[in-house]
Amino acid sequence: MQQDVPDPFAGYRPGPYFCELTTDRPGDAGAAATVRARIGAIGLEALRARAAAAEHDLINLGITFTVYSDATAIDRILPFDCIPRILTAAEWRVLEAGVKQRVAALNLFLHDIYHDRRIVRESVIPAELVFGNPNYRPEMEQFPVRFGTYVHICGTDIVRDREGRFLVLEDNARTPSGVSYVVENRHLMSRTFPDLMAGMRLRPVDDYGRNLLSAMAEIAPEGVDDPQVVLLSPGIYNSAYFEHVFLAREMGVPLVEGADLFVERDKVWMRTTGGRQPVHTIYRRIADEFLDPTVFRPDSLLGVPGLIGAWRRGNVALANAVGTGVADDKAVYAYMPRIIRFYLDEDPILSNVETHICREQAGLAFTLDNMAELVVKPVGESGGYGITIGPRATSEQLEHARAALLADPSNWISQPVVSLSVAPTLTDDGIRPRHLDLRPYAVTGRSTWVLPGGLSRVALKEGSLVVNSSQGGGSKDTWVLADDAMAGEVLR
Amino acid sequence: MTRDLALLARYAEGLFWMARYVERAENMARLVDVTQTFESPGREAESWFALIRINADETGFAKRGLAPTADAVKRFYLLDRDNPTSVPASLEAARTNARTLRPLISTEMWTQLNIFHRDMMAIDEAELQGDLLSRLCARIKEGVQAHTGITEGTFFRDQGWLFYQLGRLIERADQTTRLLDIRYHLLVPTGSGEELRVAELTQWGGVLRAAAGYHAFRRVARPGFTPSDVVSFLLTDAHFPRSVALCIEQIEWILGRLRSRWGLRGTVSALERVEELRAGLMGRPVDSIIADGLHYFLDGVQRDLILLAGEIGTAFFRDWRPLAEGAQVQTQG
Repeated sequence: MQQDVPDPFAGYRPGPYFCELTTDRPGDAGAAATVRARIGAIGLEALRARAAAAEHDLINLGITFTVYSDATAIDRILPFDCIPRILTAAEWRVLEAGVKQRVAALNLFLHDIYHDRRIVRESVIPAELVFGNPNYRPEMEQFPVRFGTYVHICGTDIVRDREGRFLVLEDNARTPSGVSYVVENRHLMSRTFPDLMAGMRLRPVDDYGRNLLSAMAEIAPEGVDDPQVVLLSPGIYNSAYFEHVFLAREMGVPLVEGADLFVERDKVWMRTTGGRQPVHTIYRRIADEFLDPTVFRPDSLLGVPGLIGAWRRGNVALANAVGTGVADDKAVYAYMPRIIRFYLDEDPILSNVETHICREQAGLAFTLDNMAELVVKPVGESGGYGITIGPRATSEQLEHARAALLADPSNWISQPVVSLSVAPTLTDDGIRPRHLDLRPYAVTGRSTWVLPGGLSRVALKEGSLVVNSSQGGGSKDTWVLADDAMAGEVLR
Repeated sequence: MTRDLALLARYAEGLFWMARYVERAENMARLVDVTQTFESPGREAESWFALIRINADETGFAKRGLAPTADAVKRFYLLDRDNPTSVPASLEAARTNARTLRPLISTEMWTQLNIFHRDMMAIDEAELQGDLLSRLCARIKEGVQAHTGITEGTFFRDQGWLFYQLGRLIERADQTTRLLDIRYHLLVPTGSGEELRVAELTQWGGVLRAAAGYHAFRRVARPGFTPSDVVSFLLTDAHFPRSVALCIEQIEWILGRLRSRWGLRGTVSALERVEELRAGLMGRPVDSIIADGLHYFLDGVQRDLILLAGEIGTAFFRDWRPLAEGAQVQTQG
C-alpha cells in the first residue's frame, strides 16, 4: 500500500546461519512471511520511531535492571528489539516436551544424590563432581521435599544450530531470571505494534503468575489450608529487583525482605501492622549461601536467621529448594544425556551441545589440541564471564586461556562453536542478522508447566555470540504460534 | 475468593513516608511561590532568607558556606539534591519509597512518580529566574496533584491507603503552620492607618493564595475581616483542606478506622496526641493565640505533630527492624 517505502529486508543476508524469520520451515502457515510483509509496509523509518517510543516506555515504566560497575549503579533497560521471533506450534511441542523431560531428570537426580546416591554408586557420574561440588549441600541429605520437586522454577538455555536443531546450552536450576521480560515484551509489543500480530493466534504468556502461585501453594506444608506465599528479595538494590516486583504482583503476594521475616519456634512469620502473620511458602530470589546466617554465611544480612531450621522441620517450603546448584553446574551438564537415560530410560528429546570435560584426561587433551576451534568455559561462572571463543581469540588470549586451563583443568569444559541461529534485528545499519538464544521457563509443583515461548536474548553486537544482558544483550518478543495461527488471516 | 489483607509494617512505613515527601515537595513549591510574591524590592535577600528560617534550615544552609542571597536560597531548595529539604531530595526520597512499594502501588502511580522524579532531577538553573520561577512552582504543584489524583483513582483502599493518608495529612498540617509562620519572619509593612491595614491584608492575601485558600476564605470571611480571621481560617476552619484542624480531624478518623476496620491495636497513644493537638487549636480564641505569640504557638503545633508521627511509627512501623533506628520517624519529621 505504500509503494514508496523501500523493502527493509532488501539488504538482509543471514549467511550460513539458520534464520528464525527467513529460513523456510514447515508448519508456520505463512506467519513469518506475513510478519516480514507487514514490517515492509511499516517501513524502516516508522519502525525506528516506534521502536524508540517502545524503549522510552520501558524507562518510564521503570522496567529496568541495575548494572553495577566502578561503584556506580545505573538503571538500564534491557534493549528491546521490535522484530518478533517466531516458533511454530510443532517446534514448540518439541521444546516443551524436551524441557519437561529435562526438569524431571534434574529433580530425580537431586533426589537421588541427596538420598540413595544410586547414580554415583553405579558410576554414571563421578562422585567428586557431585559431593565435591561447592553447591552440594549436606543439609539436604535425607530431607524430603514435596512431590520430589527441588527445581520449582527452571530456565533452560537453548540455541539452534545451522540445521535448525535445538540444543541445550545450560540449565538454570537455582534462581533463573528474565521471565518478567517475556511478559512485559509481549505487552509492549501489543501496545506498540498491534498491526504486526493482528489476526494471528499466538499462545498467551499472561498465565505465568497464576501457574507460579498454584505451584507455590501446592508445595506449602501439608495441612495448611490457605497458604501464605511470599517472594523473598534482596531488595531495591538488587539488579533483578524489577523482576521480583513483577513476580510478586503477578502472584498477588507480598514482596518481603529478610528483615520482614523472623523465625520463632521453627515457624516463619512476617511482620505486619497488625502483628505477626504466618508464612508457608517462600519463593526466594536469594542464593543459598545468604538464606540463613546461622547455617550459611554468617555475614549475610539478606536472609532470615533460623529459616533453614524451620524448613527442615517442615513448617515452611522454599522454592527453589536448597542445593539445586549441584545440578546446573556446567560440569554436571556434560552428563545430562546420561542422567536422563539413567532415570527416565528415555533418549533426550533435546540434545546437549557436545561437551568435553577437562577434568577427564581425554577431554583435556582434546581441548588443548583444539583450543583455536573450541569455546572454553569455566564451570562455576554465570553471566557469560570467563569464556574464550577460540576462533575469535587472539593468540595472546588463547595462551592466557591455556594457562588458566592447565592451572586447574577440573574448572573447565569446552564445546565446539555452535553456529547460533540469527534473527532479523533493527540496527543502525538497517535490519541485520543477530545471534540469539531462547530460555523457556518451567514451573513445577506437583507437575510441570512450561510458559509458551520464553525469553529470546539477542546479541546486539554484530557477530557476537554473547547474549547476556550484562554484556550488551537485548531481547525480543517470542511468539509461539497456535495450531491454527493463521485462521484469523483466512477470514480477513 | 478474597481475603482480608495483612500489610507489611515496612510497606506501611513506606506509604506513610512516600506521601509525606510528595506533600512536602508541593508545599515547598507553595512557599517559594509566596516568597517571590512577597519579595520587597531592594530587600530580596531578607525575604528569601525567611524561607530558611521557617524550615529551620539555618544550619544546613550555613554549612554550605552560602551567602544569604535570593539565588542561593532558590538553589538550596530547588537544585541542591544534598539538601534533604529540597524539592529534588523530597522527590528522590519519595521515589525510593515508591520503589520499595512497587509490589503494592498501582503501575500508574509508579510511572508518574518515576517521570516526575526525572523532571525534578533536571530542574535548570535558568528556571529559577523571573517569571520562569512561578511556572516551575506550578509544574511542581501539578506533578504532585497528578500523583494525588492517580493515587485517589487507582490505589487499593485497604489499610495501606490509610497509612498513606496519615503521612500526607501530618505533613500537610505541618506545612500549613510553616506557611503561616512566614508572616512572622517577613518584614512588617510600614505606614499607618488604612495604608498599613491594606498592606498587611495584601500580605495575608498572598499567604492565602499560596495555600490555595484565597477564594474559600473570601466565601466564609465576614465583611471587614482582619488578619486574625486569616489565621483562624488556616488553623481551625472545618472545611478547608489545608486547615490544621481539618487535617487533625481526618487523622483522628483514620486512626479510628485502623482500629475498627483493620483491628489494629496501638492507636491509643496516637489518639491521645491528636486530642492534645485539637485542644490546643480549638481550646481558645485565635486572638489570644496571636496575643501570646503566633510563632511560638506554631512551633508547639509542629512539635506535637512530630510526636504524633513518632507514636504512629512506634505502634506500627518499628517492628520490622527491631534493632531500630526507629529514629527515622523522629528525625525526618
